[in-house]
Amino acid sequence: MRVTKLRRFAVVMAASSLLLAGCSSSSDEADSGAYAGPVKDTPGTINVLAWPGYAEDGSTDPNVDWVTPFEEATGCTVNVKTYGTSDEAVQLMQSGGYDVISASGDASLRLIYGGDLQPVNLDLIPNYADIFENLKDRPWNTVDGKNYGVPHGRGANVLQYTIGKVDPAPTSWSVVWEANSPQKGKITAYDSAIYIADAAVYLMSTKPELGITDPYALDQTQFDAAMALLEQQKPLVAEYWADYTKYIGAVQSGSITVGTSWQVIANVLNGEKETVGAVKPVEGATGWSDTWMISSKTEAIDCAYKWLNHIITPDVNAQAAEWFGEAPANSKACALTANKDHCALYHAEETDYWSNVYYWKTPTEQCLDGRTDAKCIPYAEWVKAWSSFRNS
Amino acid sequence: MKLSTPAKLFLWTVMGFGLAFIYVPLILVVINSFNTNTSFAWPPTGFTTSWWSKAAVNEGVREAIGRSLFVATIATLIALVLGSLAAAAIARYKFFGRDAISLLFVLPIALPGIVTGIALNNVFTNFLGELTIFTIIVGHATFCIVVVFNNVAARYRRMGSTLEEASMDLGANRVTTFRLVTFPLLRNALIAGGLLAFGLSFDEIIVTTFTAGAGQNTLPIWIFQNLFRPNQAPIVNVVAAALVIISIVPIYLSQRLTQEKSDK
Amino acid sequence: MTITTSARRYLHRNVRARISALLALPLFWLVVIYIGSLAALFITSIWKIDTFTSKVIREFTLQNFIDVFTDRAYFNVTIRTLFVAICVTLICATIAIPMAFFMARIARPRSRPILIALVITPLWASYLVKIYAWRTMFYPETGFINWLISPLGGSSPGFGILAVIIGLTYLWLPYMVLPIYAGMEKLPDSVIDASSDLGAKSGRTFFNIILPITWPSIIAGSIFTFSLSMGDYITVQILGGTFQMLGNVVYQNFSLNLPFAAAVALIPVIIMMVYLGSVRKTGALDNL
Repeated sequence: MRVTKLRRFAVVMAASSLLLAGCSSSSDEADSGAYAGPVKDTPGTINVLAWPGYAEDGSTDPNVDWVTPFEEATGCTVNVKTYGTSDEAVQLMQSGGYDVISASGDASLRLIYGGDLQPVNLDLIPNYADIFENLKDRPWNTVDGKNYGVPHGRGANVLQYTIGKVDPAPTSWSVVWEANSPQKGKITAYDSAIYIADAAVYLMSTKPELGITDPYALDQTQFDAAMALLEQQKPLVAEYWADYTKYIGAVQSGSITVGTSWQVIANVLNGEKETVGAVKPVEGATGWSDTWMISSKTEAIDCAYKWLNHIITPDVNAQAAEWFGEAPANSKACALTANKDHCALYHAEETDYWSNVYYWKTPTEQCLDGRTDAKCIPYAEWVKAWSSFRNS
Repeated sequence: MKLSTPAKLFLWTVMGFGLAFIYVPLILVVINSFNTNTSFAWPPTGFTTSWWSKAAVNEGVREAIGRSLFVATIATLIALVLGSLAAAAIARYKFFGRDAISLLFVLPIALPGIVTGIALNNVFTNFLGELTIFTIIVGHATFCIVVVFNNVAARYRRMGSTLEEASMDLGANRVTTFRLVTFPLLRNALIAGGLLAFGLSFDEIIVTTFTAGAGQNTLPIWIFQNLFRPNQAPIVNVVAAALVIISIVPIYLSQRLTQEKSDK
Repeated sequence: MTITTSARRYLHRNVRARISALLALPLFWLVVIYIGSLAALFITSIWKIDTFTSKVIREFTLQNFIDVFTDRAYFNVTIRTLFVAICVTLICATIAIPMAFFMARIARPRSRPILIALVITPLWASYLVKIYAWRTMFYPETGFINWLISPLGGSSPGFGILAVIIGLTYLWLPYMVLPIYAGMEKLPDSVIDASSDLGAKSGRTFFNIILPITWPSIIAGSIFTFSLSMGDYITVQILGGTFQMLGNVVYQNFSLNLPFAAAVALIPVIIMMVYLGSVRKTGALDNL
């Protein structure tokens, strides 16, 4: 197994160096180790690792499907696997077998440095030209000048509440954090270490003396304060969620009324009639900016490039963004959404709105907010603390 | 056996309670497969057969059932061969280390599934590079061996070796003896063990979660992915209800088979 | 042909060779694949991880064990897990012993296969579907349990440790009934009749005669219920609310910190080994 893999790799390397030798005008991307192209019509199978709602094949709702048209048009077969947290995505990607992934900022760098992703030759993806400029070449999708994927969309982790049960409609995260919350016992929180950042966001406005400027750059004191806030919240929580479909059932049955959520969850819940509301509270929120990336071990490179181009086609990007409830990455998508106000609703073209949305990223020992006088808690310690917290 | 009336009454009550406990949730599953309310709020709000017709044409379910049948069949076959070989050795001979080996055969079912799961996942992803349908089969066969082993070993212990010895004394060689004497005696144990192994594999979720490759949805994994989806959960109920009904036949038959033997 | 014939002769003569021939394949499978994987996993527990990419680095450290043993949370979760596993086992036994006795001794021989089939059938309904059915039953407002007991002034206990214990008891009950039934069925009528002929009351016959003889079968059943409860994490996720068990710790840390997950996984393995070792003398392992 190993041997054949190595041999295959050697063949690919030899072939690509031949290609490079033949190509006098070798581009930067080719030098960086990215696929030189051109994208051929090789049929194949790609295993897609995606956030729920990003690669819909009609199995959630028969009318929501942008995978089947892709399969019909390209001859590539697509298997979609969804995941609930970035941590799960990192593990699945590292275990091999997946060709493309919709990685958030807290997963992408871990995968790039781990050697699980390959640089992407953007010349082979015509739709990349239409991506919003402020999403291109960002630290979570570009390393050392090499691009590792195409942006998909971005959004904020919203505060969702059941209409009528949470009255008046909340505008602050205090309803999920404060010990005297009227929703005690009906609250939900996200089941991942990255949720510690949500506590930090709340502390940024309630305890300014802690001096938090970036919820992913916490020194020991700030981190301890965030953990203390989580401990305070724990007795209020009915369930921690990582599976969005379980969340939906819990809201429908009334066992959960308020908590952090994704817009897509609210959209599914509001499918028949408006039952929940979703807001970005005054304190701001954590959020995501996601990028489609290609595995360094893929054997279906042509299908992978076709997928990356397909998923950010204005029309598909509009469908996916609307279904998931986020701001699309393709500037031309805004004209194609079913709800004409979609981009305005999700502030796709504004910059102010995003100023207090803190995109997920992986905390490191070197403080991400630029502090040099402090040592920050790296993500591995976040994970340890979270595991201990959940089981204490 | 003679029993006092209160004792009898007590036993009848517990039996009734036990069966009610077992069947109330299953009946709810069947009812909910006809319920119009997708969040299964009780009492049901309306009657529909649309979930059954949707399930009948659902490609994901069919593919998953096919894959589960394939995995369970191969895993059971492996288990039948390996389990009965081991049972023959351990139940028939006394040798050094026999106790340790019989303990070893029990381990895959006595140690938590999640430990087996992550151990196999770790080895498969490191040495094979990726997970496939065959890694699922290897995982399943490992704990299926145990149930076949237990059934066959029990049968060997009960039947003793007198019949086989008689056969050999009468001039049959080892192969003929196995074909005409041992195998017919073991057949029911093999069927019972095989059925149990098949059932275990068909419904296994924990080890499967860690050994299934991308796109290799077995039925339990498909169910896990669709269990909470508002438009899919009722279809999951349909599948479960159908499985229970279909499974009654082989269970009843296998019981009849083993029962006849022990009545003798 | 001659080779196989001579091999056959050799096997016929040599018992040790015969045992080896029978055991070679099954032992290869279990030792190489299963024990080998377990060993590889537990070796991982003394390695480090790259704190950024979460990949395993093969450098020696005892930090994982220090973390497991010094953090009170993991001691507590071990105790909670043991508590749940013991409760589930005891409840299963309490229900299963009378049921098995009824099936093997009171019911007419003709209805026995039907009763057994009734007990086995739920094993074929998906584990997940059954647990999900319990989840819908436990829903605080719209659940079946709430509907059942709210006229009596009660309300659904909601998700938590109690729901987990009920759910696990439900799942593993058949695994307890079957071995006990097999043990009770083997019991000769003469023993029981002798006891009652000698004037023993039903209760006394049961506790002094039947229970000791079927004890190995009960222990055999308890191995299933105990180990299956120890390692479960899915039922806990679905019914536990914020409650967690050892399986959840292993599952959560598996993604990002395999060495730590391996260290935690040793806890249930050690507990099970101790349990198996202590019941081996009863002969329970032959009754599984």
